[in-house]
Amino acid sequence: MDIAAGLPIPRDIPLPLPADPVLLQALLVMLFLVHILFVCLMVGGSLIVLAAEIAGRRRPDFDNLAREVVKTITVNKSLAVVLGVGPLLAINVFYTVYFYSANALTGAAWISIVPLVTAAFLAAYAHKYSWDRLAGAKGLHIALGAFSSLLFLLIPFIFLSNINLMLFPAQWPRVHGFFSALLLPNVIPRYLHFLLASVAIAALFLAAYFGRPGFPVEEKFTTLDRPVLRRIFYSTALVASLGQLLVGPLVLLSLPRQGMSWYLLLVVAVGVSFGVSAMVMMWREIVAPCRTPNRRFLSIFSLITLTAFAMGYGRHVYRENAIDDHRRLMAEKTREYGWAVAAAQWRAAQGIAQVQMPPGEKIFSNTCAACHAVDRVLVGPSLQEIAQLYRADPEGIVRWASNPGKKRQGFPQMPAFRMGEQKLRAAADYMIQLGTGNAPAAAPGQGAAPAPAQGAQQG
Amino acid sequence: MIEPVAPSSRPAREVAARMDFPIFHLDFFGNRLLIAVIASLHVLINHALAVGALPLVTLLEWRGWRRGDEGWDRLARRILFTCFVITTSLGALTGVGIWLSTSLVNPAAIGSLIRVFFWAWFFEWLVFVSEVVLILAYFLTWEGWGRRHKPLHIGLGAALSLCSWLTMAVIVAILGFQMDTGVWTIDPGFRTALLNPVYLPQLLFRTPFAMVTAGLFVLLLLFFFTARGSDLRARAVRFVSTWTLAWTPLWLVGALVYWHVVPAAMRDNLPVALGTLQFESWHVWLVRLIAAAVALLLLLALWGAAAPRRLPAVALLLPCVLSLWVLSYFERVREFVRKPDVIAVYMYSNAIRHADYALLGEQGLLAQATYTSVRDIDDGNRLEAGREMFRIACTRCHTTSGNNGVLAKLARLYGWTEWDPEALRTYLRSMHNARPFMPPVPGTDAELAALADYLIALRDQPQPLPGAQTAGVAGLAP
Repeated sequence: MDIAAGLPIPRDIPLPLPADPVLLQALLVMLFLVHILFVCLMVGGSLIVLAAEIAGRRRPDFDNLAREVVKTITVNKSLAVVLGVGPLLAINVFYTVYFYSANALTGAAWISIVPLVTAAFLAAYAHKYSWDRLAGAKGLHIALGAFSSLLFLLIPFIFLSNINLMLFPAQWPRVHGFFSALLLPNVIPRYLHFLLASVAIAALFLAAYFGRPGFPVEEKFTTLDRPVLRRIFYSTALVASLGQLLVGPLVLLSLPRQGMSWYLLLVVAVGVSFGVSAMVMMWREIVAPCRTPNRRFLSIFSLITLTAFAMGYGRHVYRENAIDDHRRLMAEKTREYGWAVAAAQWRAAQGIAQVQMPPGEKIFSNTCAACHAVDRVLVGPSLQEIAQLYRADPEGIVRWASNPGKKRQGFPQMPAFRMGEQKLRAAADYMIQLGTGNAPAAAPGQGAAPAPAQGAQQG
Repeated sequence: MIEPVAPSSRPAREVAARMDFPIFHLDFFGNRLLIAVIASLHVLINHALAVGALPLVTLLEWRGWRRGDEGWDRLARRILFTCFVITTSLGALTGVGIWLSTSLVNPAAIGSLIRVFFWAWFFEWLVFVSEVVLILAYFLTWEGWGRRHKPLHIGLGAALSLCSWLTMAVIVAILGFQMDTGVWTIDPGFRTALLNPVYLPQLLFRTPFAMVTAGLFVLLLLFFFTARGSDLRARAVRFVSTWTLAWTPLWLVGALVYWHVVPAAMRDNLPVALGTLQFESWHVWLVRLIAAAVALLLLLALWGAAAPRRLPAVALLLPCVLSLWVLSYFERVREFVRKPDVIAVYMYSNAIRHADYALLGEQGLLAQATYTSVRDIDDGNRLEAGREMFRIACTRCHTTSGNNGVLAKLARLYGWTEWDPEALRTYLRSMHNARPFMPPVPGTDAELAALADYLIALRDQPQPLPGAQTAGVAGLAP
């Protein structure tokens, strides 16, 4: 019996994992971090483009800035998608039952990812490549950018509701579609956490992008110079990161109990300390004298990377904790089921060996009886009718069955059966016996060897 | 209304579940159509706009460079732009969509395949990443770096073309393996996939097909990207027509090889002779379609090569439609051979393993199901039990009354009037013998009888069956 009523314990896929579980988990965590990096650059970047383009209506240089940032999104969004397939494979193989169950329960929204992301990408292309053409209709152009940003803002809800739902099998029976999965605790706080991270990561990336020595600032902008750009992006990153200090505790407190552990808190605390150090560095970079170069970037980058590793690992620790008990029950059930299947197969094999049905009867009941009954029309004519026609010519049945024509209006045509003349003849004889009322009442023992079982029972 | 479905202690709620996964179900479109639409779009974009178009664009760029023709170079870039926008949006997303849709529709099958093919798919993913990186680099550096280092840029195009072809070559190996009966149980690995008898003929068929359809697509684009009556249009139409013309005989050869090798290999996979007949009738159609497409293409490409100025854009639409038809028919025949299995000799299309049948026949499908509102059938819950049976055993392919609906299928046998429960039960029990592409109905006789009663009740009063994506898995029978 299940430990708690209402907790579904499915069976796992009864095949071995393709690699050591530790390797698969490491792969999942690493590949996911790379994927989410580009997702952040894409989402955060498109929000920054939108803000800069709107500001550009007053200060034309911000329009130039938006235009420079939008160039990076083409690359980042393509990489975000293609790099998503790796972690998708890893999560599919390691958390098969959990992931697929959550997918099915939010199925309509889940499959909408395909048209939604396609639309977001096409809108982003239209936005990027119509900058000059729509220069006279700036409102329209901004609306185009806003549309793709809006889609980028909506799509993460689908992913988050899924990877949250997969951790809580006890919730599965209570969920009715995407929106109820969205309302489970922790989804909204995590969404805010992701959004702030996106803005912070994209802003840091842009600080480096515009700060690099090769970037022709003077050529691209009239009023914006390097120190100003640096300050803009570090400030954006810092504000977003400070926001995490508010949202982070909310995420932690709204996490359901079953995944919590002191070890998890330790990992998160380490991550937070890296993050706070990065924030201090950002602050120093903002207040630094105008002329000093962007020399803290490498330290900030390293600290943020460490933060991401700690948080990505912490996320995995929580996931493993959360499903641990359930997975043990599932493994037990899978094992028991495997034994039951093997035992039933053995019994079936014994049973088949004992049945001594004559071949004609066996073929008839397995194949012909689907459409032909003794005394009435099912799909095809009755055996009585057939027997009248072929009583003296059983070979006629064999010929007809191996290559039937169409005789009767309003009836579906009979499919051809090419099981070999011998078997067909046995069936034909049996049909004539039945149709003329001379059925052998007691068949057992009559046939030498039963015809090989067809179809299903083969395996 | 379907008869009172009120299990004693719990509220009567819609329950949607399959064996071990909640059951996603589209009761109007049918689940197969979802996969078919996404996969066909993807294959078409992949074949025509990536595998075929990228080498063609590279060739165009090379020719423009050799002749120092600026207009030609700009034209090549515009064609690449179109391919770039479509492949990196709809192309990439439908590729991911194949994963998402198949794992919604048949999670047990995909979950099993991924355990065996993880590293093959992982390798394919690496090739795919390189393909995307290369197409980004190829397109985005065309104007700057690419202008200054034209030979290198053309080399980039060649590398991209190769990568694109490799992605197809890997995935075709995986597809071929799924059709290779019995290998699954003996040696499930990527090496056997490459060695399976259907692999090379498929590749030989698909490669020139991709080149030819790319030629068609680019010809169509030329009519938008060049001025009517211009010299550029005439030269470009002639060039692309020659490309198409050159690949058409190869496609014919590929089709012939496929025709000679594959039916035998595929027939061996078909469990029952009856399936062979069905397959052959489809196959004959495929051959006719291909013959018509090849003839039309040859005619058209000859026209384009000989008299490029007189080739009307409308003339291109028919071969475009025909190619699409050939491709979808090709994939459909390929898929058909798999039936009644989703994984040859391991798992039926209904996501139930062959090995499970003995146990399910003894103890019951519902008794063994994770998500079901009924386990023990009694007079009060027969129809509800039948509905659960239908949901678990039939809905991977059938709807109630929508696409590939079960009612219409049965009406073809019995008409729409009285259905005899006894006859229906007999039919369900042995259906897989008369229709070898159907899996046997799993479960006990009582469950099968409940299914028959449900189907009859459904015919009297059709009622849609919601999937887990809206109805959830509200019932977990103890």
